[in-house]
Amino acid sequence: MSRTRRIEVEVNGRSEAREIDVRLTLADFLRRELGLTGTHLGCEHGVCGACTVLVDGRAVRGCLMLAVQAAGRSVRTIEGLGDAEAPDGLGVLQAAFREHHGLQCGFCTPGILMTLTELLAKCPDATESDVRLALSGNLCRCTGYQTIVSAALEAARRLNGKLAS
Amino acid sequence: MRHTGPTFGKRVERVEDASLLTGRARFVDDIRIPGMLEAAYVRSPFPHALVRSIDVTQARALEGVHAVLTVADLRPALTQERIPLALSSKELSGLAQKSLRDDITPPVLALDEVCYVGEPVVLIVADSRYIAEDAIALVAIDYEPLEAVADITSALTAGGPRVHRDIDGNVLAEYVLSYGDYERATATAAHLFQLDLKQHRGCAHPLEGRGVLAMHDALEQRTTVWSSTQSPHEVRLTLVQLLGLDDEELHVVTPDVGGGFGAKYLTYPEEVSITIAARLLGRPVKWIEDRREHFLTAIQERDQLWQVEIALDAEARILGIKGEMMHDQGAYTPQGINVSYNSATAVPGPYKVPSYELRVRAVETNKVPTMPVRGAGYPQATFAMERLLDHAAREIGIDRAEIRRRNLIQTEEMPYTTPLKTRAGTPVKYDSGDFPLCQAMALDQIGYDGFEARRAEAARDGRLLGVGFANATKGTGRGPFETATVRVGRSGRVSVYTGAAAMGQSTATMLAQIVADQLGVEFGQVNVVAGDTRYTSMGHGGFASRQAVNAGSSAHEASVKVREKALLIASQLLEQPVDALELSGGRIWLKGQSNVSLGLGDLAREASGIPGYSLPKGIEPGLEHTANFMPKGLVYSNGCHAVEVEVDRATGAVRLERYVIVSDCGELINPMVVDGQVIGGAVHGIGNALFEWMGYDEMAQPITTTFAEYLLPTTTELPRIELTHVVHRSPLNPLGIKGVGEVGTIPAAAAIISAVEDALRPFGVRIDETPILPPRIVALVNASSTAAGASGPASS
Repeated sequence: MSRTRRIEVEVNGRSEAREIDVRLTLADFLRRELGLTGTHLGCEHGVCGACTVLVDGRAVRGCLMLAVQAAGRSVRTIEGLGDAEAPDGLGVLQAAFREHHGLQCGFCTPGILMTLTELLAKCPDATESDVRLALSGNLCRCTGYQTIVSAALEAARRLNGKLAS
Repeated sequence: MRHTGPTFGKRVERVEDASLLTGRARFVDDIRIPGMLEAAYVRSPFPHALVRSIDVTQARALEGVHAVLTVADLRPALTQERIPLALSSKELSGLAQKSLRDDITPPVLALDEVCYVGEPVVLIVADSRYIAEDAIALVAIDYEPLEAVADITSALTAGGPRVHRDIDGNVLAEYVLSYGDYERATATAAHLFQLDLKQHRGCAHPLEGRGVLAMHDALEQRTTVWSSTQSPHEVRLTLVQLLGLDDEELHVVTPDVGGGFGAKYLTYPEEVSITIAARLLGRPVKWIEDRREHFLTAIQERDQLWQVEIALDAEARILGIKGEMMHDQGAYTPQGINVSYNSATAVPGPYKVPSYELRVRAVETNKVPTMPVRGAGYPQATFAMERLLDHAAREIGIDRAEIRRRNLIQTEEMPYTTPLKTRAGTPVKYDSGDFPLCQAMALDQIGYDGFEARRAEAARDGRLLGVGFANATKGTGRGPFETATVRVGRSGRVSVYTGAAAMGQSTATMLAQIVADQLGVEFGQVNVVAGDTRYTSMGHGGFASRQAVNAGSSAHEASVKVREKALLIASQLLEQPVDALELSGGRIWLKGQSNVSLGLGDLAREASGIPGYSLPKGIEPGLEHTANFMPKGLVYSNGCHAVEVEVDRATGAVRLERYVIVSDCGELINPMVVDGQVIGGAVHGIGNALFEWMGYDEMAQPITTTFAEYLLPTTTELPRIELTHVVHRSPLNPLGIKGVGEVGTIPAAAAIISAVEDALRPFGVRIDETPILPPRIVALVNASSTAAGASGPASS
């Protein structure tokens, strides 16, 4: 039951090597082995999206992917999203969430930010319906999503340089 | 968005956000302590069964397992096997029934009978949750299944199965709430209408489930319990009582809490057994609820059946309402009868109801216990009232808006005292507000007057449009009090310690704004410590939209006192009268002289004294004050929701075209936060109306235990909600505020169902239930078409 394997993964630009249980999920690997507890587990069955991280730039459910499947890949988590130079270390998307009250309890927020990071990278001109569609796999019980959508659109505008900041 | 100066009433960014946005927040599952073990529970797969024997031998033998505990193992550490009743339901003493049975609360772990699927039976503690879950399969339990009670109707069937083997009948409580003379009212009534309503509300579903971590420090002889709870002081009280400890021997700390919505406002069996396990093993033990466990074991609100009658005069004015309501209480009662009582007292809402009589039965079933979920019984009462009015309007032939205008409490009648009593025994008295105004504004904004033209135009394309709206009130700010201590440290740092518990409602920002305004400091510099029993001896935590009203008012009162004291000390030190001084930027200045000032830290040092010397004259020690604001009654928020929908006749899908809210929550401390609370609340209500259904089969086996089966609203189902605030200050607290957490939820289902029914008007469909899911809409349309002997109007 406890077969192990050694993996090497790049996480937020840093190379990590661990001997792990083959059944360890990617989310648990990040949280337990690397102490990156910003990736949250909301349902552990792939619906709520709280555990979303980027693997080679694509949003995946950290609860449905095994850590061994991430071997040799590049993983980005909420801890790798900030901008060290900016106030409070917040990147453009994170700052937009704070300005628009795009979070209340904040538990679903890391997954939502990672989903949007992928969207804005692929689709910098995202419209409201693009944002809503991209986020349809992320559950939030607090906000009703409205301010999340506003924050995402604001971030898109800024990233596009359409808004002088 | 950075503000200097007073922030009350301003849209300021929250102090909570930076850590939440960067992954630095600390939820209970984020805490790892060296030597920590992890837990999992073996839970009953049966809704009702006897536990004949439990064999844990194999599970104990699994490598990495440290303990496999049954109730017998916990017993030596317990003063009693059941969790004490959280609310004693004193309201019953004024009604027909004197009290509740004394064996109605859940046991800490199953005794010899399990009464719902998911009831914890065995606790396994292992090196990791992975191993603990492996061990679940190795525990052998011999159950003898018993007949189960799956719903209210079968619970009330004479000679039917019992929820608890030894308890005759399944009615936990029965009472009548009444005033006026309904029988006399019906004698003169021009109209009498009856409705049978089936109402269902689902689960709370904060995105973070429950979770608890306990650590016993043998050196200090002290246990610390980190729990994702809405009521840390209540959890501490329960734990010290059950474990026979003194208050100082056990602390409860809330880390960041990922939402509550009612599901975390009680002490659960897991909090007790994990604490005992940590003390027995001498190692920290953590248990984190998974989503399946939340579906099975976190409290729900679930079902109410209503049979109600309304009497109206010839002008469609209400003469009275009479009826019966049956509430699904579940297998245990951790917290009294408050949901059904709330529902029963909330029926009249913003309307004048001269006579009222509701017989209530709280009925046990073999399902997880019910307790307040966001809205706490009010949505069901609002649904009953609004359905009655819609029905009456249609039958009498007057407009839905007009019948409400005639029956709403009028502007000039406020404040308005109803004959009903809250559970605290105070009258249900609407302290402020303007109900007709809110309705008028909402209808104006949705374009109610022009709706028939839109309906007709849509109908030309074969589309079914409908409009609906609903009014609601919500009693908020329940007492008895909430503590706030405001303290200026000798470094000049300002701290607030409160019994309030944060779970996403911006509690820290709210309190910091209030205190900063009084002390003339940046609100971002105020340190708020909430939900930690080490810093406040008392607290009631987060329920009933109460924390801004109670803790906010206490923080205001305490900071006013601290400000006065600071000025008094400065006046002595500077030898100047108080009115020559002013407070800004964390310093007290001599007016007009920019070179004479004292920092708050300097004054705090003065107030803390020098060994052997006297304090300044007339000054009590410490630059701090504790206030316990005690509300004189509930503060009533209100709102009107108006919604326009399109219903797809073929699929039963409901599309929300527009959603308008006019809300009165009194003064807004931070409008951005209030918007978030009201809109988030409304979306919870939208879920209750259109998506959320917690299913059980006829054997009481849960059948919706994933988010793929139980649907929460997502981004693509929602329109941009249009929210307007009307501000009527509450006279009942110094800030003029009202609770905001639930008022957005309450009228949603009533408004949406009204709109869906309106859209289906061509088919004559009546909807007397919530939620209304697409298959049910299709069935109702088909049934009505069959009854009419036609396929219904094609595109008339």
